[in-house]
Amino acid sequence: MSLNRREFLKSSIAATTAATVGMPLTAEAQATARGGDPSWHWEKGVCRFCGTGCGLLIASKDGRVVAQRADPDNPVNRGYQCVKGYFNAKIMYGKDRLTQPLMRMKDGKFDKRGKFVPVTWEQAFDEMERQFRKAYAEKGPTGVAMLASAQKTVQEGYAINKLFKAGWRSNNIDPNARNCMASAVAAFYSVFGTDEPAGCYDDIEHTDTMILWGANMAEMHTVLWSRILNRRLGNPNVRVVNLTTFGNMSSDGADLEIIFKPNTDLAIQNYIAREIIARGAVNWDFVNKHCVFVTGPYDIGYGMRPTDKYAFPAERDVQAKELRVKLDKYEAIAQRRKEGEVVEQKNTANPAAHWLITFDDFKRAVEPYTLDFVAELAKGDPDEPLESFKAKLRQLADLYIDPKRKVVSFWTMGFNQHVRGTWVNEQCYMNHLLLGKHSQPGNGAFSLTGQPSACGTAREVGVFAHRLPADRLIANAAHREFTEKQWKLPPKTLNPVPGSFYAKILRDLEDGSVKWLWVMLNNPFQSHPNLNHWLRAAREMDNFIVCSDAYPSVSAKVADLILPAAMIFEKWGCYGNAERRTQMWRQSVRAPGEARPDLWQILEFSKRFKVKDFWGEQRVPGLKVEGYPEGRLPSVLEEAVRMGYSPEMTLYEALFATPENTKYKWPDPVGRKQPNSVAELLGDGWFPEKALWQEYVPFGRGVGKDLADFDVYLRDDVRGLKWPVVDGKEVHWRFNEQYDPYVKKGAGFEFYGKLFKAIPRGDLDKVTDPTPVSVAGKAKIFYRPYAAPVEQPDDNYDLWLCTGRVLEHWHTGTMTRRVPELHRAFPAAVLWMHPEDAKARGLKRDDLVWLESRRGKIQVRVETGGRNRMPRGYVYAPFFDEGVLVNKIVIDAACPISKESDYKKSAVKVYKA
Amino acid sequence: MTAPANAGRRVFLVRLTQGAALAASGGLVWTYVLRSEARASPFALRPPGALAEPDFNALCIKCGQCVNACPYDTLRLATAWDSRPIGSPYFLPRETPCYMCTDIPCLKACPTGALSPQLKDIRDARMGLAVIDIENCLSWNGMRCEICYLTCPVRGRAITVERRTGPEGTHARLVPIVHSDHCTGCGVCEKKCPTQEAAIKVVQADLVKGDMGEHYRLMREGITPGAAPPAPAVPPAAGPDRRPAVPGLDVLNQGL
Repeated sequence: MSLNRREFLKSSIAATTAATVGMPLTAEAQATARGGDPSWHWEKGVCRFCGTGCGLLIASKDGRVVAQRADPDNPVNRGYQCVKGYFNAKIMYGKDRLTQPLMRMKDGKFDKRGKFVPVTWEQAFDEMERQFRKAYAEKGPTGVAMLASAQKTVQEGYAINKLFKAGWRSNNIDPNARNCMASAVAAFYSVFGTDEPAGCYDDIEHTDTMILWGANMAEMHTVLWSRILNRRLGNPNVRVVNLTTFGNMSSDGADLEIIFKPNTDLAIQNYIAREIIARGAVNWDFVNKHCVFVTGPYDIGYGMRPTDKYAFPAERDVQAKELRVKLDKYEAIAQRRKEGEVVEQKNTANPAAHWLITFDDFKRAVEPYTLDFVAELAKGDPDEPLESFKAKLRQLADLYIDPKRKVVSFWTMGFNQHVRGTWVNEQCYMNHLLLGKHSQPGNGAFSLTGQPSACGTAREVGVFAHRLPADRLIANAAHREFTEKQWKLPPKTLNPVPGSFYAKILRDLEDGSVKWLWVMLNNPFQSHPNLNHWLRAAREMDNFIVCSDAYPSVSAKVADLILPAAMIFEKWGCYGNAERRTQMWRQSVRAPGEARPDLWQILEFSKRFKVKDFWGEQRVPGLKVEGYPEGRLPSVLEEAVRMGYSPEMTLYEALFATPENTKYKWPDPVGRKQPNSVAELLGDGWFPEKALWQEYVPFGRGVGKDLADFDVYLRDDVRGLKWPVVDGKEVHWRFNEQYDPYVKKGAGFEFYGKLFKAIPRGDLDKVTDPTPVSVAGKAKIFYRPYAAPVEQPDDNYDLWLCTGRVLEHWHTGTMTRRVPELHRAFPAAVLWMHPEDAKARGLKRDDLVWLESRRGKIQVRVETGGRNRMPRGYVYAPFFDEGVLVNKIVIDAACPISKESDYKKSAVKVYKA
Repeated sequence: MTAPANAGRRVFLVRLTQGAALAASGGLVWTYVLRSEARASPFALRPPGALAEPDFNALCIKCGQCVNACPYDTLRLATAWDSRPIGSPYFLPRETPCYMCTDIPCLKACPTGALSPQLKDIRDARMGLAVIDIENCLSWNGMRCEICYLTCPVRGRAITVERRTGPEGTHARLVPIVHSDHCTGCGVCEKKCPTQEAAIKVVQADLVKGDMGEHYRLMREGITPGAAPPAPAVPPAAGPDRRPAVPGLDVLNQGL
């Protein structure tokens, strides 16, 4: 391709013919097409990697993706990309691409101790089915599970969600999004009653103040960062603040860098709230009309197991804090208690509970968060003078409070992967709501998302253990009923008990309560913290693990059966990005060898089961829900027969290839002669991606989650649409009457989300009147206290470890490490460390060291320079490198509300290897 | 800049003799190798501390000690098929760059001073100069890459990133710039550059660097204040008039 590139550029006239057969319509896009061979076929696409959702143009020829470029017409990236995105076209072509099913075999039979041997799809599904039936017979619906993904397409997520919840009556399906933005979701629910941001990326051009909280956008949301910088550089009045625990690339472009100690973001937020009140800056008009004040329990634990039965000996002291915690000096002040008080963690079972308080209570609660107190607690760089840190905090408060300033707060994993992740998300809304700076162009708290379809697939479709499509919850009887109606299921088919969340599925594997696990489109055995437990559980327990992947990832290595998967441009798909933008693409090429799309895997596997296998009575230990027999799901077979189902019907026929769905025929004119591997492999004439989309959209219509019809998203003039799409129009700012048709006329603002809008009254410590009060239409201003991290450096483990990504690699490197150029650019993980810390341990740059925690130890090389500037006492390691597997030593504590793991705060020691 | 390029002529001659003596033991072929210095290629990137190419070629006895000492196998010896003098050490950054060991083991191993012991700090090494092909550089084309900057061992000095604004409502470009006063020519940037053919390459500095001359100072360089005015010239002692002919006079008197 590159050899001829210049010649192609020269022969641009010949290339115009390509533009007429290809999709691009605008002048600029046509110019793009001219840049290639006239025989290339161009399709619009979306970047495979982060949650920004940059648009691409993808060229294919003779069944192979040959070129790409950033889409100049996509409003997200306007023709820009990052270096990862630049290599989308190459990720499918790694040398070790999996092209046939592989199963562990011995003497021609499946054997957990066997070696991987190529098998046919038939053999693979036979064993997978046999193992599924065995696990289901032994354990019931809770004995099977899927670790799903925010990198699935919407249709893949929708199909597997339906197969699990409606077909198998199991809610044990949870996505890696749990470890990515669950805290953001929990706060969207508790504050607004509906998921996902009010604003959009256009806020960047409307605001004059951008505050980054635990979001190294320069490296992780690269293209948005160049958009922010352009705003900053072109407008001298614009300010950018970077709040972080170490100096990073975002600091390089920020006006103000604030280095704080882990978890003290909770205290800094309360300091700002206190300042807002003290300076008389509360926007009372907004607050009185649109907000209420609330709080909740503090004694909620740290999301760890409640028992030390499975803990390594060294883990026991930290694990014990799940039950009781001795308050340190700062927590005591922050929570208005006594230092050294031992607090039983009594609310671990119901951590999300909250109740109304008065403004006076709220004011009293934030009173201890004075500048002196917070500065002493929060200063993260031991080498920074206290006065300088104080001045920075004051400046931060000034920027938020200045009535002439519009403010956008951005955050990602620093907030979300946090033992109090939900709290700190809620606190960010607290300050924006107090100031009335929310849901307006350039004003708002904006939760960035990590993965390409965390919003579109995991959240909107509800591919979580506790969710159903469009903000509906498993535990809500009315929501189940609605879903059963939409899915044409007999009443009480759905299991009313939320399933195991992501970490719990792995814990279930460890204690033997899950016996059959399907891992699809993610890599838990590299990405989940405290790996030594799960690696052992996978290989040493009696269970069966299936892994659908395109490459031999760590999760594939520990699986029993590997199913080769098609990748992004080898299938039709749809992703939803962080600004509620839904983007679809056509399939460009077919997957190599026997590799097949995940959607086909789901649909084909569903053909092996019959309605009668699951819709009879099922045991669910511990089920205790009104209207259901204790410990059992009722048989719904009789009702099913009345509704026209036959017990002998396959789940494929009952759930997917229904009469309504098979009306959508393949081929379809919208396909424009592009391939569709799922439809071709099924071979029964329907168009699953379109049918499932059309089946899914009614869930969101009329409830503020409206999506357009399938064909709309594939139109040439559409580069995704931000939902709700009402009367063909997108909504840029939700909850704001000017922009959002869901807001009552004359209300100005209305936070119309429906969840958790009837709550009791209480004071700062407890509920005083349990009668639920309606807070419909309002947003909640939460008081949440500072809480110390559950594990902190001590004499033995004397350093903070933070983990995350690097610019060059995506997550566990399964794709980006197969791109030679990216691998060369960042071949192995390093441990960033302050030069003085290295020197004190007799280390120098590039030395091989042991990095050890209570959970294990790994080897890695030291980096004392480079892009990150660690304060003394802090180290940082990326998790992309399977040769290092940093997650072996990361603690698996989590936010007890969201169940999202805290990857940012482990205590470790470092010594020469 | 502390480039040990101008080692004194005398030192050079002494060292040359030493080098020749060492090499004599190598036999006839080795002598031929030594004499091939005349074929010195201007394109070879030499180990840190290497003298200017003619001096280096004269002093280097092709003993391979620096190659043995390199912990990263960066250095290699030119073969008969290379355009470089056979047996002389060089490196190809796209394959293995110099990782800038702070103790400079290659230099310490050099028995002849072809790698000058005057180089004390590896950051003062000038093995070459990185040059960016801005037509093919991803960052210069608006991509968020900056890998050369991120991986540069002298990051922030040898390579910086400049922010160039686009029209309002678009994206800024973050473009890498190389600064010759700090670039050591280690080639890590060339190694890591993610384009198919590296868009940043290390070459010998004199191949690409210009020179403005001594007479002019750019505004950004400022003027050193407080320099003493030059002492007035001593008037010539009286004596016979031996003034040279007045310049230009002959032309003026030539008539039209």
